[in-house]
Amino acid sequence: MLSQKSSSAEPPAENKKTNKPIIIMAIAPITKVSGTAVPIPGADIDTDRIIPARFMKCVTFDGLGEYAFYDVRFDPESGEKTDHPLNDERFNGASILVAGINFGCGSSREHAPQSLTKYGFSAIIAESFAEIFYGNSTTLGLPCVSSTRENIDILKAACAADPALEVSINLDAMTVTAGDLSFPVDMPASARQALLAGKYDPIKELLDNNDKIEATAASLSYVG
Amino acid sequence: MGKTLYQKVWDAHTVETLSDGRTQLFIGTHLIHEVTSPQAFGMLRDLGLKVKYPSRTFATIDHIVPTINQDEPADPLAADMIDAIRKNCDDFGVTYFDLKSGKQGIVHVVGPEQGITQPGSTIACGDSHTATHGAFGAIAFGIGTTQVRDVLATQTMAMESLKVRKIEVNGKLRPGVYAKDLTLHIIRMLGAKGGIGYAYEYSGTTFDNFSMEERMTVCNMAIEGGARCGYVNPDETTFEFLKNRPYSPTGDDWEQSVEEWRSFATDPDAEFDDIIRIDAEDIEPTVTWGISPDHGISIDESIPDPATADTDEKAVIEEALAYMKLPAGTPIKGIPIDVAFIGSCTNGRLSDFREAAKLIKGHKVADGVKAIAVPGSQITAIQCEKEGLDKIFQDAGFEWRAAGCSMCLAMNPDKLVGDQICASSSNRNFKGRQGSPIGRTVLMSPIMVAAAAIEGHIADARETFNVTDNSAA
Ligand code: SF4
Repeated sequence: MLSQKSSSAEPPAENKKTNKPIIIMAIAPITKVSGTAVPIPGADIDTDRIIPARFMKCVTFDGLGEYAFYDVRFDPESGEKTDHPLNDERFNGASILVAGINFGCGSSREHAPQSLTKYGFSAIIAESFAEIFYGNSTTLGLPCVSSTRENIDILKAACAADPALEVSINLDAMTVTAGDLSFPVDMPASARQALLAGKYDPIKELLDNNDKIEATAASLSYVG
Repeated sequence: MGKTLYQKVWDAHTVETLSDGRTQLFIGTHLIHEVTSPQAFGMLRDLGLKVKYPSRTFATIDHIVPTINQDEPADPLAADMIDAIRKNCDDFGVTYFDLKSGKQGIVHVVGPEQGITQPGSTIACGDSHTATHGAFGAIAFGIGTTQVRDVLATQTMAMESLKVRKIEVNGKLRPGVYAKDLTLHIIRMLGAKGGIGYAYEYSGTTFDNFSMEERMTVCNMAIEGGARCGYVNPDETTFEFLKNRPYSPTGDDWEQSVEEWRSFATDPDAEFDDIIRIDAEDIEPTVTWGISPDHGISIDESIPDPATADTDEKAVIEEALAYMKLPAGTPIKGIPIDVAFIGSCTNGRLSDFREAAKLIKGHKVADGVKAIAVPGSQITAIQCEKEGLDKIFQDAGFEWRAAGCSMCLAMNPDKLVGDQICASSSNRNFKGRQGSPIGRTVLMSPIMVAAAAIEGHIADARETFNVTDNSAA
């Protein structure tokens, strides 16, 4: 009954008959992320600061990279570049963001992690993360690992002192290493497993359970 | 042992355990809007997928809608977004409440208004304030765009289960104190991160006696306290609200549904991961002074002083006050305002406008203050206008606008200018939230916004309006 309902709607032209994807590429596992890192100041960095709402007027995520942290990179009054670390040339090319507590709080907008990956980041190390941001990031293959304030502060200081310092996040060992520095990091087990197995984008697995989805739908009186 | 509503709904909607240990959860009701859905439809097209159950997705536009009138926006980027949602809903067979439908509005106002939001269901939307729908005893949460894709394609998503914290509030709110003050109070008490990993069950006699609108105001801001969702157990108030709504069950189905909805309520012997108790009488009108929703104080308190704060808090307070340009250690009452905004999915409902209108009658907005009242939906607007509330607002010097998110997020033309300070009934006071990168937001109840508009500064509404009873709240 339910599948009849769904099939009565006009499917996209390229796929009238099945809901089988045309291509779902296998995704590579993420076990290690290395690169230089940029420490950014502040607690509770919210999604409005990561990507101000006025830049969300878009129907694709493509151009978001240039607007990441826009209002802290450019003085809102003068439009001049600020002294924010992201404007510091010594951190050009940094691919790891080091931040404080509750990073990514606020909105559920995926525009936030999208803007960060498009800006060029491939991992975030912070004291803690807001839940929705964390989930959105993991799905994009942007690992978010957390550690104690003490470890984060030491790492921030080390990166500030030597912007060329190579930082490595190892998701197997759950450690961060940078020069002589090494400390343990945390990440929820399911996220870690999904990244290590290359299953952080769950779409294929979700689709594969089609029969069980239909059984659940049939068991719910309000569906249909 | 009994179960919580959260556990019952979760179990009923569990499809499978995924290889990473997460649950594949069936999403019975999916709500979409113009900001977070176009990319998801793009992903569907790229993958050659269709919408699995189009009848379970409902769309509206809210964020970018101009509110002076609802003509098609002049801004080409906003126009593109409207075109995209129209086309996507059309191509994929999704019900869409367009500008001309008479049903358009903020997605979290429209769902309940249409009876789409129902007890015992799972509801997802690419919007963090989806928690609002929990007021009906649904498990409702915000999701990212890739998850919007997952829900469109499979009506399911991968999710980790949450712990449940009961927040039990007993007693009656004092005159001049509202659901908004309660929710700001809870966030202040538990912190903006206090709810991470939790679903909040709001219960106690205060919630038993609350209207659906008051319940929605509290659930709406669960996310500002870090909780992914918040809910109130369904009861007669819930059923009464839902009766005869366009998407509510009818005839025999109605009785059956009510029985089923009732069965989802938390069992008396259910266990919680945590319990917090609050006495409603302890709550004062609450306003924010900083840049996070947990920067709240009661109207009689002073703005925090970093000099007397502990080291952890010192830097946070300094940063907030530097942005807010507010004097440390002085009373919050009396701080001048430039703009007053009544609206948003937190407080843009009929009861909000009724209560504010009742009080502002005969008063005038202070010189130099721009005051706007923005109903949360077209249906709310029409009802307010039928009752003549629009005239009361206009006579007092408010602009009466058309339905949308408006200055809550300012993706439409309603924006703060420069470092204007806004008394706002919305839910977020983040830096730059209301459209100017240096604009300042002070969160409060709609009644407190009305008082601030009239006094020209942050004020105690109980004094402005000589409030002695709360009976119409
Ligand atoms: S009113 Fe504000 S919080 Fe609510 S959906 Fe609109 S922008 Fe989001």
